[in-house]
Amino acid sequence: MSPAARSTRPRAAAGGDATAEHQRLVDFYRRMLLIRRFEERTARAYTQAHIGGYCHLNLGEEAAIVGLLTALEPTDYLFTNYREHGYAVDRGIDPNRVMAELYGRTDGVSKGWGGSMHMFDTAHRLLGGYGIVGGQVPLATGAALAIEYRGGREIVMCTMGDGTTNIGAFHESLNLAALWHLPIVYVIINNRLGMGTTVEASSAEPELFRRGAAYRMASARVDGLDPVAVAAATEIAVASARDGEPYLLEVVSERLRGHSVVDPAKYRTEAEVADLRAHDPVPALAARLVAAGVLSDEQLEEMDRAALRIVEEAAQFAEASASPDVSTLFDYTYATPVDNVGARYPGDPLFPPAPRPEEVES
Amino acid sequence: MAIMTYRQALHDTLRDEMLRDERVFLLGEEIGVFEGSYKITAGLLEEFGPRRVRDTPIAEEGFTGAAIGAAMLGLRPVVEIMTINFSLLALDQIVNHAAKIYGMFGGQASVPLVIRTPGGGGQQLGATHSQNVELYYAFVPGLKVVAPSTPADARALLQAAIRDDDPVLFLENLALYNTKGEVPDDLPPAPIGRARVTRQGRDLTLVGYSRTAHVAAQVADQLAASEGLDIEVVDLMSLRPLDRATIVASVRKTHAAVVLEDDWLTYGIGAEVAATISDGAFDDLDAPVRRVAMAEVPLPYAKPLETAALPSTDDVIAAVYQTLDAVGRRHVKVGHD
Amino acid sequence: MIEITMPRLSDTMEEGTIATWHKHPGDHVRAGDILVEIETDKAVMEYEAYDNGVLSEILVTEGQTVPIGAPIALLDATGAAHQASAPAAVATATPAVAPAAAPVPPPAAPAPTLEPSVAADRLVASPLVRRLAREHQLDLRDVRGTGPGGRIVRHDLTEMLEHRSQVHEAFTELRGPAVVVTDEKRGSEAVPVTSTRRVIARRMSESARTVPHFYATAVADAGPLVRMRRELNGQLAAVSRPKVSVNDLVVKACALALREHPGVNSSYVDDTATTMLVHRRINIGVAVASAHGLVVPVITDAEQRTVTDIGAETHRLMARAEERRLSVEDMSGGTFTISNLGMFGVEQFTAIINPPEAAILAVGATTTEPVVVDGTVEAGYRLRYTLSSDHRVIDGALAAQFLRTLTTYLENPWSLVA
Repeated sequence: MSPAARSTRPRAAAGGDATAEHQRLVDFYRRMLLIRRFEERTARAYTQAHIGGYCHLNLGEEAAIVGLLTALEPTDYLFTNYREHGYAVDRGIDPNRVMAELYGRTDGVSKGWGGSMHMFDTAHRLLGGYGIVGGQVPLATGAALAIEYRGGREIVMCTMGDGTTNIGAFHESLNLAALWHLPIVYVIINNRLGMGTTVEASSAEPELFRRGAAYRMASARVDGLDPVAVAAATEIAVASARDGEPYLLEVVSERLRGHSVVDPAKYRTEAEVADLRAHDPVPALAARLVAAGVLSDEQLEEMDRAALRIVEEAAQFAEASASPDVSTLFDYTYATPVDNVGARYPGDPLFPPAPRPEEVES
Repeated sequence: MAIMTYRQALHDTLRDEMLRDERVFLLGEEIGVFEGSYKITAGLLEEFGPRRVRDTPIAEEGFTGAAIGAAMLGLRPVVEIMTINFSLLALDQIVNHAAKIYGMFGGQASVPLVIRTPGGGGQQLGATHSQNVELYYAFVPGLKVVAPSTPADARALLQAAIRDDDPVLFLENLALYNTKGEVPDDLPPAPIGRARVTRQGRDLTLVGYSRTAHVAAQVADQLAASEGLDIEVVDLMSLRPLDRATIVASVRKTHAAVVLEDDWLTYGIGAEVAATISDGAFDDLDAPVRRVAMAEVPLPYAKPLETAALPSTDDVIAAVYQTLDAVGRRHVKVGHD
Repeated sequence: MIEITMPRLSDTMEEGTIATWHKHPGDHVRAGDILVEIETDKAVMEYEAYDNGVLSEILVTEGQTVPIGAPIALLDATGAAHQASAPAAVATATPAVAPAAAPVPPPAAPAPTLEPSVAADRLVASPLVRRLAREHQLDLRDVRGTGPGGRIVRHDLTEMLEHRSQVHEAFTELRGPAVVVTDEKRGSEAVPVTSTRRVIARRMSESARTVPHFYATAVADAGPLVRMRRELNGQLAAVSRPKVSVNDLVVKACALALREHPGVNSSYVDDTATTMLVHRRINIGVAVASAHGLVVPVITDAEQRTVTDIGAETHRLMARAEERRLSVEDMSGGTFTISNLGMFGVEQFTAIINPPEAAILAVGATTTEPVVVDGTVEAGYRLRYTLSSDHRVIDGALAAQFLRTLTTYLENPWSLVA
C-alpha cells in the first residue's frame, strides 16, 4: 500500500453520525443500483438493435462513479470518456434522456447526435463523454483555465481510463495544469485493462498515480470498489483543486464485462472472472448494508424493483421518442451562420443542372 | 486609412479585439516574452500581462486542446501555432474536438476559437517546416478556414474570426508578413465564406488564396502589359466554406481557369476548385482547368531543388499560355523560351 | 405524310447528292434537327427538318443524286407531339404493327439496327462549344477542331457564329465505302473521291458539255509591270507592309476591265429565259490549288479594292483554304474567275468556265524573251493570258475588246495603283 493510498483510507464515521452515515450508504447503494440496472438494460437494448455503434458499460464502476460525483458541487464541471452512461445518470440527468440518446432520438441528451460515447448536458455541467482516448484531457484542462481566467471557484473533474495515461495529451495537460495552477482533478479509472491490454503491459510505471510526480502534482490511489473510500479521496482532491492546485487521483476499479458490449473478453480466465464477481461492488455494498442491519432483503428487493422501473420506463421513453428528422441534418454544423456552407445531401449536385430546352419552351 | 504591413494589421487587430472584449486572450509558444516567432504579438505581453498573453510549453496538442476547452466555457482564445507544420501535433484536438463539439453534442456548446498559423515554403527550412497543409483543415466540416492575402483582408477576417462562435483556422503566410497595403481605419469584419473577384477580366480566370492570390494578381498585371491579356483574378479568401458561386460565375465569363495553390497537387485545394468548376461551369469550359501546385516531393533543403519544387510565376504564366493556347488564343507564345 | 424534297442550298445548285443521313427510318425528328447532309455543287451542307414527326422512309440513299425538288424522304407528322416526348413508345410501336400487316418485311424500313453511324463517332469538342452548338443549332461534325487533340474550341466557331448562318466546310471526305475497281494491268489503286473532287468533276463536265467555249489569247509587255512591282515592293518592304504579287495586279486589272465591259461580267440563264444577267458587282474568283484540292474563293467588289487590299484578301482566303475553313460565303457569288498557273512556269493555257460565270482568264508566267522594239531585238518581259468565253453571251469582238483594255491596264500598271 502506497503512502498516498494510506492517506486516503476512508475515515471512520464520527460516533454520533451513524444514522447519517447509514443514510449516505443507502443513497450510494440506490445510485449504484440504478447505474447497474441501467447498464444492464442498455446491454439488452443493444442486443435488440435499438442501440447502434460502440457501447461501453460502467458495470463494475458503480462505486467509483458514485464516490467521485458525490464530492462534486452542482456547478463543477465533469469531462469524461466514452464509458459514461453511469456518470450521466448519477450526475442527475434524467435516465430517460440518457437512454433516448443511446437510441439516437431527439429527446436524447445530445439530441441524438452523440450516441453512447458522446453524452453532454450543459445544465448538469457534464461537458462531454469523448470517444477519442484522451481527447477530453486537454479540453478539461482548458475549462479549468477558463475558470482560473475568470476567477471562479468551480473545479473541473476529468476522468479517464488507465490506458489514457500513456498518451501525450495526458502529459501535456498535466504539465499545463501544474504550471498554471488550474482547478482540476484528473481521475484515472484503473480497471486494469485497456481493452485487452493490462496496465503492466502498457505502462512502465504501473502505479499510475505516481505519474503526477513528474509534474509535482499531488496524487493518490484509492480502492474504486468502495464508494465511501472513493468519496473521501475525491473530497481531498477536489479541495486541492479548489485551492488552485491540480490533483491526480487513481481509482482502482473493475470492469465486469468486456471492453464493450460486443467483447466476450476471452482474454480473461475463468478464475479471474470468478474473482471479479466475488468483488462486485454492488452486491458487496448490499451485503454490507444488510450485515449492518441498515437494510432488509425486502428493502433491497424494493429498491431493485424501483431501479428496474426507472430503466424500463427509460427504455419505453426512448423507444417512443422521435428520431431526428433528416431535414435537421445541417442544423449543427456551425454555431455562427455562414455563407456557402453547402447544405447538400450526398446525391445532390453542387449546382442545379441547366434546364432542358423543352422546359425552357414551356 | 493607413498603409501597413500584413504583420502590423494582425498585431493591431489582436490588440483592438483584446481591448474590445475581455474574453479574448492569446496563447501559444513564444508569443509573450519572445514577442512571437514572427513578432505578431510584439508588445502585447507588456500591455495585457501574462493572464491574457500566455506563453505555453511546446505542447501543441495540450495548449490547443486547452484553448478549445476554454472556448467551450465562453472565452475567445486566439492560439498561435508557430507554423502550420506544427499544427499536425494538435490535429486530434482540432479535427476530432474543435470541429466536432458543436455538432456532436447537438449544438449545446460552441467553440469560439481562432488558430492563427502561417504556411509557406521557400525559406530553405526543409521538408518538415515548409508544408502547406491548410487542406487538412479545409476538409473538415465544423471548422472554418480563412486565408487572407492582404493586410486589409487580414484585419477584416481576423476580426470576423475572433467574433465568430465557431473554430476558425486563420491561415497566414511567411511571405506575406512584410507585404503592405491600405487598411481603412473603420474596416468592418469581413464575412467568412466569401471569395472576391480582385481583378476583372475576360480571357481567363486565375484562382488563388493567401500568397497565391498575390501571384495571380502579379501574373495578371504582367500579362496585361506584355500580351494585352485580360485576366480575371479570384481570391478565395475562405477555404471553408468555399465560395463556389463566385468561382463558377467567373469561369462562366472567361471559359478557362488556372488554379494556383501552394500545397501539393493531388487531392489539393485546386482539385476541389477544379471539381467545382466542372460541376458548375461545365458547359462554359473551353479548356480543361489547370492547376499549378508544389512538386510532389518532401521539400528539399538545397536551394536549386527547393526552387524547382515551388510554383513560380513562370510556372503560372506557362500554365496560362498553355490554357489560352488550348482555347485557340494562339497569338500568345507557349513555353518559357 | 410530309414529303421532304431535295433543297436548294446554293445559288448555283441544280441537284444535290445525299452525303449522310443523320436520321433513319423510325427515328423521331424534331424541327431543327439535322436530317441529312447534302452535297451541293459547292459544299456539303446540312439540312434541318422543318417539322416534328417520325422519319418513315428514306427515298434517296447516300451517294445518290437527285434534282432540286425531288422527294428524298417521307416524314410522318401524325402524333408528333406525343412522340416527341416519348420516343421509346415509338420504337416499340413500329415493330408491333409490322407482323400484323404482312409477313413481308416493310420495304423501306430496315431493321432498327444500332450500328454506329458517323454521327456516333466521338466528337471532341469543349463543353463550351457543345453548348454553343446546341444553342445555335450548329453541327460540329463539319468543324475542324484546332485545339489539343483536334478538340473543337470556341475559337473554331467564331466564323460560324459571326455569320450565324450554317456554314460548312467544303472539304468533308465522302463517307461510305468507295467502289473498288482494280485494274491490274494499269496497276490501279482505288482512291476515294473527295467531295471537292466530285464537285469539280461534275461542274467542269457540265461546263465543258453545255457551255460553248471560245478562246482568245493576248500578250502584254510586262516590262513596266515587273519594274513597277519591283519598285512598289521595295517601298512596301521599307514600311513593313506585305508585297503585292503579279496576280494581285492581274485581279485589279481584270476588275477594271470588267467595269468597262460589263457584258463579260454576266451570266447566261438558260435556253428558256428571255433575259440574261449582267452583274453590277465585280466579284473575282481566284482559283487556288490548296493542299485539299482546287477551290475558288471570291474577292468581292474587286474593282473598288486597292491592290494591296486584294493581296491581303487573297492571302486570307488562301490561308483559310489551307486550313479547310473556307465558308460558302467565301466561295459564292463570283462573276468572273482568274486561273493563274504562272507560278508553275506555264506560259499559256486555256481554262474551263466556272458556271454561271461567262468567262475565265487563264494567266501564264511572265517570261523573258527576245522582243522587237523599234526594229531591234532586245530582251523583254511578256505575259500571256487566254480568255475563255461563253459564246452564248459573249461574242468574239467583246472578248477582244475586253482583252485590249486588260492589256492596256497591264502595260500601264501605275494606273492600277493610282
